[in-house]
Amino acid sequence: MISKRDVASVPPESKRNEEPSELLRELVAHLRQNRTQLREEWVVRISETRLLTAMTKEEIFAEALQAYARNLSERIIPRGVETHEVVGIVLLLRDVLARSLFAKYQNDFKKLNRILDAYEPAANRIANTVAVGFVQERERVIRQQQEAIRELSTPVLQVRERLLILPIIGVIDPQRARQLTEQLLRGIRTNRAKVVVIDITGVAAMDVTVANHLVQTVEASRLLGATVIVTGLSPEIAQTLVTIGVDLGKMNTVGDLQGGIEQAERLLGYKVATLAEQS
Amino acid sequence: MEVPILKQGAFLIATFQAALSDADLNQLRMGLVQQVVKFRSRAVIVDVTAMDVMDSFASRTLREIAHMIRLRGAETVIVGIQPEVAFAMVQLGLTLEGVATALDLEEGLAYLNEKFKVTN
Repeated sequence: MISKRDVASVPPESKRNEEPSELLRELVAHLRQNRTQLREEWVVRISETRLLTAMTKEEIFAEALQAYARNLSERIIPRGVETHEVVGIVLLLRDVLARSLFAKYQNDFKKLNRILDAYEPAANRIANTVAVGFVQERERVIRQQQEAIRELSTPVLQVRERLLILPIIGVIDPQRARQLTEQLLRGIRTNRAKVVVIDITGVAAMDVTVANHLVQTVEASRLLGATVIVTGLSPEIAQTLVTIGVDLGKMNTVGDLQGGIEQAERLLGYKVATLAEQS
Repeated sequence: MEVPILKQGAFLIATFQAALSDADLNQLRMGLVQQVVKFRSRAVIVDVTAMDVMDSFASRTLREIAHMIRLRGAETVIVGIQPEVAFAMVQLGLTLEGVATALDLEEGLAYLNEKFKVTN
């Protein structure tokens, strides 16, 4: 159970930064000596305060503090551990260790003072490392999820030979707009599309930057030999497009998705007929 | 590097091999404009598939070629613009307005065959 990098062995790290003094060595020796006991105390206090209920006692016990940050975060974030819990346990550790120092040096106030001088920066750094590790892991998860959402939110669908549909739902920020364009242009190439229907019924409003981007996407698609039909423009978006002065000769717009697909079929030479009509 | 101009039936096909210097582009422009009348071609296809960057000069030259060839009585189709290049061009405001474009050589030929089928 006692690994090299366990709870009490962290203070030696501070040697690198501070002058190798007698004091520090003493502090380290003290912590080493009592580490099992201190750790137990830490675990007990964690359990007492009901922090980190998502982890078993053994897990807390076995945790090595330096690898702690990343490792622990990766495992506990999916279980819904809160930031205050993580920071809480580290601060508790700090308290437990400090108290043991108080107990040991209570008769020598000056020495205690100097010991604390050495102890506190190290303890603070540990707290810092853990908190930062936790937050970084959480941010990594968020980034991953954002990426996944973006991937999912921009499907380029082929509905007929050479006809693509790009339904857009939700808010478009400049980054998403860029991704949309990229996926659409690539989709045109891989599906050899001649007509693309971009449906923005699900977009309530867009700012000038994104509107411009939309127009540029339409033009870029034309350079690839595809015709773009934009459907479902809301009154607000129509207003925006008029405000930025879009050349309407370049924009092919139809009221709703159905109308857009019908026009696309006409462009491609399809004629949709009911079975009764055909016979 | 000089751009070869191939005669294919009633059309001329010029395929860009790689990034071209400004001098090459000027030479291509003169070559196309002369040959389009010499061979009595009805259309010119410029294939830029190999170009993964398109600067403003190249883009402007393409537009000039298209307009000059129209004045010489034929049509131009630019084919094979890469997706990234297309968007970069649009952002620079180089939209080749008034010039027909197609996905690749095959599409370009299909477009022209369709267009001239009626008059043939």
